[in-house]
Amino acid sequence: MAQVHEADGQTEPSEEERRDFRSYVRGIGLALLLTLVPFALVRWAWIPRFPLLIAIGVFALVQMIVHFRFFLHIGFRQKREDLQLILFSTLLLIILVGGTIWIMGSLALRMAMPPQP
Amino acid sequence: MSQDTIKHPGLNLGCAHGGDHDAAERVMFGFWLFLMSDAVLFGMVFSTYVASLSATAGGPGPRDLYNIRSVFIETLLLLASSFTFGMASLALKYKHGETRLIGWLTVTLALGVAFLGFESHDFVTMFAKGGAPTRSGFLSAFFDLVPLHGLHVTGGCIWLVCLVGQIARYGLDTRVKLGIMRLALFWHFLDIVWIAIFSVVYLAGLA
Repeated sequence: MAQVHEADGQTEPSEEERRDFRSYVRGIGLALLLTLVPFALVRWAWIPRFPLLIAIGVFALVQMIVHFRFFLHIGFRQKREDLQLILFSTLLLIILVGGTIWIMGSLALRMAMPPQP
Repeated sequence: MSQDTIKHPGLNLGCAHGGDHDAAERVMFGFWLFLMSDAVLFGMVFSTYVASLSATAGGPGPRDLYNIRSVFIETLLLLASSFTFGMASLALKYKHGETRLIGWLTVTLALGVAFLGFESHDFVTMFAKGGAPTRSGFLSAFFDLVPLHGLHVTGGCIWLVCLVGQIARYGLDTRVKLGIMRLALFWHFLDIVWIAIFSVVYLAGLA
């Protein structure tokens, strides 16, 4: 991007612009890595099922944090309450999702539905 | 360090944009509130899906229906579109000119449409294999969750077309700039939801 910018005969990109650009490049590099590994693990079934599920979950969580950090530019130096809003929404999600899955799983068990194959 | 204060999620315009930077603060915070409530909506649909995993009613399950190659291509398309939207945001912030901005937005749109094409093809293949939403609770939940994301992407694509039209018609005034910045948040947010979908639905389903 920086080279193209110079080729236009405009002023050279500022330090801030370079930093913003690097943020996106870092973001997509990390995101690609965090995508490729779990897909490869599942495609070639290198590890047993239970650790594989844990690995998929961990890679997904880390990739979400990478997207928030490098694409949405959420950090700890936020002026507004954006980070607090994410944390509160996450808390709500954990309660709602965890609660629902727990209750419905328990219900399925008590109604003697077969567990997930 | 002459760095501006960070006023809102997403790429901040900075002082060089004068009043537009200040105008962004409230608008972007409001949109951020909407995105977080949308995240809660997705969370509930996800829990419905996970709770319905065993409810296949003798019909086809994840292993019979999902295609990892297709999902991988969709993931890469959406990730690339997130990056190209980032480039569009940079073009807006650093005033690279409307042509380059529209160029990046068009690439993003093409990637979004390609994603939707692959996804629809997946659904058609699933239908052909007997995986219609009416077949089982599991399939109802699947077609509640994944097309909901697809619908969001469709909305984002329509919004993108409207914004390109607005840039061409009005130029980069405050309202158009704020529109692009909000769509950027929406687009990156949808990519984050897709991470959850390919991990929870597809990878965990095929693991």
